[in-house]
Amino acid sequence: MTTPEITLYRLQACPYCERVVRKLKEHGLEYESRFVEPMHSDRNAVARLTGKRSVPAIRDENTGVTMSESGNIVEYLDNTYGDAAAGGA
Amino acid sequence: MVDFDVVELPEADHVAVGEDAPDFTRPLVGDEYWSDTALSDLDGPIALVFFPMDGAFPATYVWNEIRDRGWGHGDTDDVTVVGVSVSTPYEHKTFIEEREMDYELFSDPSAEVAEQYGAIHDLDGMTGIREHRPAVFLLDEDHTVEYAWVAAEWPEFPDYDEVEAQIERL
Repeated sequence: MTTPEITLYRLQACPYCERVVRKLKEHGLEYESRFVEPMHSDRNAVARLTGKRSVPAIRDENTGVTMSESGNIVEYLDNTYGDAAAGGA
Repeated sequence: MVDFDVVELPEADHVAVGEDAPDFTRPLVGDEYWSDTALSDLDGPIALVFFPMDGAFPATYVWNEIRDRGWGHGDTDDVTVVGVSVSTPYEHKTFIEEREMDYELFSDPSAEVAEQYGAIHDLDGMTGIREHRPAVFLLDEDHTVEYAWVAAEWPEFPDYDEVEAQIERL
């Protein structure tokens, strides 16, 4: 198993996380899921990455981008991997 | 230990020395998160430790002992020590925290990995639950089995001194 370039920090059954998963699949992207705890205080791995403890959060080694908040992430994925991105924008 | 016969488990046709360790992918749980990981993704020689469900006293005994002996640290820090039980990732996280241990654990609720390795245990009195017999498999860098021990009685614990000597030879 090779390590995908995109890492998704997610919480089981979190609808915002599932929204990002749907978008990753839509663009056919490989990603590694890292599941964290429901308790915010237990999410140090996420805090070290983004400075916040909220999920979803992604790290994209293709672009060096790290971000959280599902709306931002979905927009980022569309802009980077969507049809619009193919034009070289 | 006790002055009566302990329960013998049926003979196990387990993965043996010289065989290739079967590969598997399961969520691997650390102290911060879990993610699907293949055994073949792990580095170096491996000490693969099967143990009864988190919360049962053998689980606690086995990992206290491994932690206190520092397997995979110091002289043997090239060896990756990992556990496997039927417990969920949430239970593993709590267990790792409670035992204050620096080891990661695979979550295998279906016990298919135990099946793969020939180390399954159908629990009496807990209908529908099958789990991993206490077992230790030491794998070299190519994942060839160098040492295999599977519990033949219930309960039974690894010969820690023997395993430790074998780990040092990996």
